[in-house]
Amino acid sequence: MNSKKQIRFRLNGEDTEIAFAPHKTLLEVLREDLNLTGTKHGCELGECGTCAVLVDGRSILSCLMLGLEAEGREVKTIEGMALGAELHPLQQTFADLGAAQCGYCSPGFLLVAEELLQKTPNPSRAEIQEALSGNLCRCTGYIKIYEAVELAAARMRGETYELPKESIYGLE
Amino acid sequence: MKNPKSNSLNLIGKPFRKVDARAKCVGQTKFADDIVLPRMLFCKLLRSHLPHALIKRIDASKALALPGVFAVVTGKDLPIPYGILPVSQDEHALCIDKVRFVGDPVAAVAAIDEDTAFDAMNLIEVEYEPLNTISTIEEAVLIDEPRIHEYGDSGNVHKKVSLEFGNVEDGFAEADLVREDVFFYEGNTHLPMEQHAAVAHFDADQKLTLWSSTQTPHYVHRALAKVLEMPASHIRVIATPNGGGFGGKSDPFNHEVAVCKLAMITGRPVKITLTREEVFYCHRGRHPVLMKVKTGVKNDGAITAMHFQSFLDGGAYGSYGVASTFYTGALQTVTYDVPRYKFQGLRAFTNKPPCGPKRGHGTPQPRYALEVHLDKIAEQLRMDPVDIRRRHLVAPNSVTANYLRVGSMGLGECLDKVVAGSDWKNRFSGWDFANRKLPYGKGIGIACSSYICGAGLPIYWNNMPQSGVQLRLDRQGGVCVMCGSTDIGQGSDSILAYIVAEILGIDPFDIRVVTADTDLTPVDLGSYSSRVTLMTGNAAIQAAERARELLVMAVAEKLGVPIENLSLAERRVFDVENPEVGVSFAEAVVLAESKFGTIGTVGSYTPPRSPGKYKGSGVGPSPAYSYSAAVAEVDVNPDTGIVVVERVWIAHDIGRSINPLLVMGQVEGSVYMALGEILMEEMTYRTNRNVVHKFPSLLEYKSPTTMEMCDVKTYLIEDPDPNGPYGAKEVGQGPLLPVPPAVANAVYNAVGVRIDEVPITPEKILRALKDKARGREARYGPDTVPAVSWPDPLRVLTPAEGGDGTEMPRVAVHS
Repeated sequence: MNSKKQIRFRLNGEDTEIAFAPHKTLLEVLREDLNLTGTKHGCELGECGTCAVLVDGRSILSCLMLGLEAEGREVKTIEGMALGAELHPLQQTFADLGAAQCGYCSPGFLLVAEELLQKTPNPSRAEIQEALSGNLCRCTGYIKIYEAVELAAARMRGETYELPKESIYGLE
Repeated sequence: MKNPKSNSLNLIGKPFRKVDARAKCVGQTKFADDIVLPRMLFCKLLRSHLPHALIKRIDASKALALPGVFAVVTGKDLPIPYGILPVSQDEHALCIDKVRFVGDPVAAVAAIDEDTAFDAMNLIEVEYEPLNTISTIEEAVLIDEPRIHEYGDSGNVHKKVSLEFGNVEDGFAEADLVREDVFFYEGNTHLPMEQHAAVAHFDADQKLTLWSSTQTPHYVHRALAKVLEMPASHIRVIATPNGGGFGGKSDPFNHEVAVCKLAMITGRPVKITLTREEVFYCHRGRHPVLMKVKTGVKNDGAITAMHFQSFLDGGAYGSYGVASTFYTGALQTVTYDVPRYKFQGLRAFTNKPPCGPKRGHGTPQPRYALEVHLDKIAEQLRMDPVDIRRRHLVAPNSVTANYLRVGSMGLGECLDKVVAGSDWKNRFSGWDFANRKLPYGKGIGIACSSYICGAGLPIYWNNMPQSGVQLRLDRQGGVCVMCGSTDIGQGSDSILAYIVAEILGIDPFDIRVVTADTDLTPVDLGSYSSRVTLMTGNAAIQAAERARELLVMAVAEKLGVPIENLSLAERRVFDVENPEVGVSFAEAVVLAESKFGTIGTVGSYTPPRSPGKYKGSGVGPSPAYSYSAAVAEVDVNPDTGIVVVERVWIAHDIGRSINPLLVMGQVEGSVYMALGEILMEEMTYRTNRNVVHKFPSLLEYKSPTTMEMCDVKTYLIEDPDPNGPYGAKEVGQGPLLPVPPAVANAVYNAVGVRIDEVPITPEKILRALKDKARGREARYGPDTVPAVSWPDPLRVLTPAEGGDGTEMPRVAVHS
């Protein structure tokens, strides 16, 4: 057995100390040592984007980062995305528009989308596609995800934005 | 139509969020791998690295000696076979005498953690004696020995089917044109983002609980009782929310049995989570199918007869394969009128991961073949491909030649919508390639399809309902709906809540939904064959109407208002003539409980009987059929062969949307999955004797990202079906079906080459373009099918010929 190593870092806005076997990935540390199972895995090889979390505000694949590398850094997982009891606008729109079908890829998409909106508050559809191109979703065909990002972005900009009727009911 | 008594609908048809949507967006949903129990051990399966071999010896002593290892089980510990279909109980949790594909499990380890289990797995010694392999349909048909299984119709042929409805030769004789084409549809896999996972716990009272990412907890429950030789009443199967299913979690799996056995041996909870590579080996995905279709038509495109042959590469086990085989021949008749129809199907065993049901189960392959074939016929007849379809649609409320009863049929309207939306008339060149309306390289193609809304018959023969719902109302006004159905992301939990809330006049988010737990919920057969909304919906309506009945009887008595005057809405029960006269919903429950005792009701659903009574008529009948039409617009680069699907117009006959937002999501997701199948996804294996999967990873098994996904223009056609809840039909699978052939037809329209093999890769397009430039046939695809001696077809007179749905007696032929 490997002897454990301890690190200190900021996790979802809280100072955190945790000891774990040094070969563990950040994904494993989050899920197994910190019981934050909101972060999912689809391949554990850096191929699908499912395990994305934010490290110092940038999206990274937690399956490709060693837990030890989180020392002193700021990590945000899906559990830290809501503002207290209030859902993040992206979480609201993902839920309301059916952008989460099975929901397994949703945490990764949500965090990558949050990063996008931090940098680009008014992204074009093409910019959304580009930003989310490293995340695979097998359920939605991505369209409801784009619409959820667009609606959340508009709300975060303080604009009123009506989702086109055909997005909900289809074309006439 | 099964409508509740209220005249107008308050909730049905409204775009609510799903009842579990928020939990999924905050990371609270507990998938199987998120479950952690005290003292839990971890399991790994040792899988065969050989595709076909006898097991001579297994020695686990070194693994057992490793510190932290608690148990190792092998095939002899689990000798009882199982399988999803009663006719193919050909799987063992762990192989006993031989392995049949690379990835077939031979031993299972339980250890203190995953790393130790992995190390222990590698210490298990297995001595194999390799056998020759069977790797293709052609080999399976030609080579009888060694047999992969000791059962089946012959050698390595698992199943042969031969059915004839009317006399097709008479039909071909009447035709103005008879055309024959050969197609191949490569296999592909579900690729759910969640890898299968399961946790088993055997408690001190000898009760076993399994949490598993399964679409079919009821069938897993049955399989466990059989294999573990335990009373089913001592086993509880809980399907955790599935992180994507698409049919890939519909079989009872080796790993589910293995963790149960290990939990029973060790007395500790045991978890397994498959790696992505292992998910590729579990497979049960789309069968590769080689197809030959021969159709006779009149000059106006009316079909006089069709003969369809399909050859399925089944992989190493039966799985749903017998049903899949029938499905490749069942639904050809429900879109266009086919007065005489012959189907011959063959499923082969090969040393590859087993195939099974994937979204559209057995029907995307023949639908692709049929719709491209029809496009070729239209060109020969110089007909617009829209007209050849539109003019010969199956009539609503009719019975097809193979005895499928069609109810509502909205395909005509679907076609009209996509034709208008895509501006088809101004963009399709009428087969005149010299006077193109679109520039060379741009193309447009059309196709139609239909799919079942649940299977008419259950997988194992019985007279019980296919779906049950139980409602419990408590005196505080709480409503709990319980049903065995499994939410795989499609929103089946939410459908239960919307329907019960509609009838009881409460908010869907007031309702507690408890599903997919064999201890707590009445049986529903599972999330497959697009059955859930129709069947659980009807069962929920019955349960809720029975509860409503009790409430209004008690309230009517209390208020002195006639029962028929009472309405339930906005969490109240009130007099429609005097809306202020009424009680709150919770008070109504108190009144009912005071009068009748504890309030609980049940509802169940059994599909109507099928008019088909011949042997083999069990696959294809459905309470209703959904219909879809699609137009695809493509850009084909003739220099690179790269196809970009720019837009798909799709119209889907949903019957009625219970929740249009969820319907749209299923349509868009189906288009997406179809794009993957037609353009890039393939389960392919090295063709040497090792039969190793070429790329069991998410990186190299190509699937569409946001950059490949096309624009989708969706139309929902609402033509309520009398058998659907509020008229609803399915949407989870049907909209996938027209897209692959629409794209293939558009590719032909763009560059004038026929790609008769799925997926349509750049290499195939370039090859066909090169052949075309050399004056050869502008086509890529198979030319022939294997020569097979088919059994005499089972002959059935069609309804038009006065048949009664039974087969004709076989007549001995004397020469």
